[in-house]
Amino acid sequence: MELINPDVVDLSRFQFALTALYHFMFVPLTLGLTFMLAAMETVYVVTGRQIYKDMAQFWGKLFGINFAIGVATGITMEFEFGTNWSMYSRFFGDMFGTPLAIEGLMAFFMESTFVGLMFFGWDRLSRPAHLAITYLVALGSNLSALWILVANASMNMPEGAHFDPDTMRMQFDSVVKVIFNPDAQAKFVHTSVAGYVSAAMFVMGISAFYILRGQHKAFAARSFRMAALFGIISTVAVITLGDVLGRLDYEHQPTKIAAIEGLWHTSKPPFEPWLAFALPDDARQENHLEIGVPFVLTPLVAHSFDTPITGMTELEEQAGPHIASGIQALSALRRYGQGHDPADLAQFRAHEADMGFGFLAMRHAPGQDVTAISAAEMDSVVRQTEPDILPNVFVTFWSFRIMVFLSLWFFAVFALSAYVSLTNRLERNRLLLKLCMWSIPLPILATEFGWITAEAGRQPWTVFNRLPTFLSASSHGVGYMIFSLAGFALLYSTFIAAELFLMFKYARLGPDHGAHGAQGPHLTVAHDRKDAFSIASSLSS
Amino acid sequence: MDSYAILKLVWAAILGILFIGLGTMVGMDMGVGTLLRFVGRNDGERRTALNIVGPHWDGNQVWFILGGGAIFAAFPTLYATSFSVFYVVMILLLFSMILRPVAFEYRSKADSRHWRASWDVAFLVSGTLPMFIYGAAFGNVLEGVGYHFGWTGQYYQDESFLSYLVNPFAILCGLMSVALSVYQGGVMLMLRSEEPIHGRARRYAMRGGVAAAALFAIGGVWISRLNGFRLTDANPGMPANPIQGQHVTVSMGGWLENFHAHPALWLIPLLGIACMLLGTLMVRADRPVLAWWIGAGSWACTIGTVGTAMFPFLMPSATMPDQSLTIWNSTASAYGLACMLVVAAIFVPIILSYTSWCYYVMRGKVRTADVIHDTHSY
Repeated sequence: MELINPDVVDLSRFQFALTALYHFMFVPLTLGLTFMLAAMETVYVVTGRQIYKDMAQFWGKLFGINFAIGVATGITMEFEFGTNWSMYSRFFGDMFGTPLAIEGLMAFFMESTFVGLMFFGWDRLSRPAHLAITYLVALGSNLSALWILVANASMNMPEGAHFDPDTMRMQFDSVVKVIFNPDAQAKFVHTSVAGYVSAAMFVMGISAFYILRGQHKAFAARSFRMAALFGIISTVAVITLGDVLGRLDYEHQPTKIAAIEGLWHTSKPPFEPWLAFALPDDARQENHLEIGVPFVLTPLVAHSFDTPITGMTELEEQAGPHIASGIQALSALRRYGQGHDPADLAQFRAHEADMGFGFLAMRHAPGQDVTAISAAEMDSVVRQTEPDILPNVFVTFWSFRIMVFLSLWFFAVFALSAYVSLTNRLERNRLLLKLCMWSIPLPILATEFGWITAEAGRQPWTVFNRLPTFLSASSHGVGYMIFSLAGFALLYSTFIAAELFLMFKYARLGPDHGAHGAQGPHLTVAHDRKDAFSIASSLSS
Repeated sequence: MDSYAILKLVWAAILGILFIGLGTMVGMDMGVGTLLRFVGRNDGERRTALNIVGPHWDGNQVWFILGGGAIFAAFPTLYATSFSVFYVVMILLLFSMILRPVAFEYRSKADSRHWRASWDVAFLVSGTLPMFIYGAAFGNVLEGVGYHFGWTGQYYQDESFLSYLVNPFAILCGLMSVALSVYQGGVMLMLRSEEPIHGRARRYAMRGGVAAAALFAIGGVWISRLNGFRLTDANPGMPANPIQGQHVTVSMGGWLENFHAHPALWLIPLLGIACMLLGTLMVRADRPVLAWWIGAGSWACTIGTVGTAMFPFLMPSATMPDQSLTIWNSTASAYGLACMLVVAAIFVPIILSYTSWCYYVMRGKVRTADVIHDTHSY
């Protein structure tokens, strides 16, 4: 049989990471801004004050610029499982495809259909009807995130499916287990709330820009305060749910948590320090330049003071017997596929739980065929496979730390901003306003590093403990990968240039320009004539 | 027939409906994209054309997303294999599909002539190329694709991408799909525009309808000279695994055998030709509403014809016919199919009702003068 080309696997991973990270630059803003738009419009509908309609329409315009690329680059993700992860899709598609299809039916359709009415329907719908549409867009985008994260959780914590030797894949067997996967629940709240943090920082930062320039004062101050309050609540929630996720990883993905904490050897509670800084060395399996805070690690991870946390060296040793058993499972499975002999099936069943580790050993088997491993070679294959169970520790360790340090920064910025804004001293705190402005991209950066922590930490698996990443990729040639990577690089660079150009253009223009409904007789609906900019905008159009 | 086999059949029918919906709704928007530079001679007219599909293109595009999602969930092996063996065209399709949302949202947000002209080209490419690839994919599948499976279930490609890129029959199918989309896009423009866009759209819609009918007829003759695949023994309730368990023979004209066995099935392609011609007459008579529904009928009969010819094949393998993907060996598990069926039964009626409501809210003619002054428009 054809051998796996590691270069193609690496290029496929690189392409997926590139396109997923790119997609996720736009998603957090969509998730959060929809709810902020709904909140602004609610105030407008309840009070009837024009300024809140202007806010909803202005931020809605920026939302639209962002939303388009979010939707467009999401299509890439749906395609890539088939175009680049063929074996994964065949092996896991029965289960993984279902939440994705439900996402399309329940959420994406709703979000996409109503977003058209949200932009075009201002003058065709009554105020409450338009408000309902805005809420449906917000609900749709957040439900969409829910189902995507249900799918993602099934890769990290495969529950609700079992392997079937007759179809050679994971067979879906419990929709309840898939939906109520604890990882899915925690991840959904953590990720969507991270989106609210991004949106709050975005609105707060741009409002700070107007306040610094002395423009659109009433508009900017209201937007700023709303965003600061939204931001502080969201940041607290994101940190809390992050802790819940860490706890789940500790229970279900010990390799990920050990890599996150750079824990090469089993911890010694209660003194074991939490490493604030270290340079993990994957090749030598040790850390350089450790700076830690004593007594913090054990309660942080295990939520107790005396539970030792298993280190990576020990996890490798524990994996040895599983690898040997997995090789038995896979050899039996291959023989069963050829002869359908019940004895082979019985042997497979005896070692079934370790099948994934057998796949992992394929790379080190002669000719990538586990049935060809002789008794004499067995020990050496198992020993070579052991270190493969660990993710890249340097990447996992640092992406986690960047995310955590950034979230503490957001907490400080939002708390201070909320306080200063509520005490009406914003204009005197120019340094804080500048910090808000420069912090706009940081929550998105933190979200990206969150994704890297979760997915790089899941390695070497696509389906945790079931299917290794190197086996999941499509059997393409390197030429195909160069072709698609070049195309993505060209297209995505053009997109980001166009999006930043428009974002800066419309943010600079501010709410005076084109934030109103269709021009014509209804223009005079502006009730709040005291708001200078609403008059100015009626005149300018 | 056992319940698993019935579930497989139901999902094959749903796949057919999704393909019809995709052709009609996405094809319509794509047709508008293709015709943009031809029906709109100046910026205001082009914006008018764009705003006719403006409130709906995003919802329509979900047919495409949903088609992909349904193949993934209900036919995971087909999804995994077809997307990978057609890598080069799938990536091109993807690039043009992701260009469209951005083009809609960004085109009219800056005033520079170059900016707008570039996005107009993006509309032309992202309207024509996907529809061409959509049709060409059916053509390639009808001819058989070179692939086989290893013991783990991994596919291996047995032919160069050039063989499906430069394939005359597939090119014919691609052109037919473009012709149908030009027809449907033209009809949509007629529905909601005034002169001069209305008259231009009418001319292009008529050309699209006639071209589609001609290409469909040529394809029908051509297919009798192509190799078709027959399943000689297979158990419809078999575990969904293409590696083994079925036998396939290949013979020239084999795709017509379902029609020979049940002559009543000839009605489907005949009705297809009739729809394309009758639709053209309705466009000529300036009856766009009727022409729109007849256009949807053309798509239904075209997909129906291909489905009838290939039944029960989904993607035959030219190099290892016994491992061809069929309705019986490439679906999800019975549990997965049943689950998805329940979800679809709940949500499809809801989707259809709110989609129709959106069309109702946005009904009426789109006028160039309004578009230019409306700051929400594309």
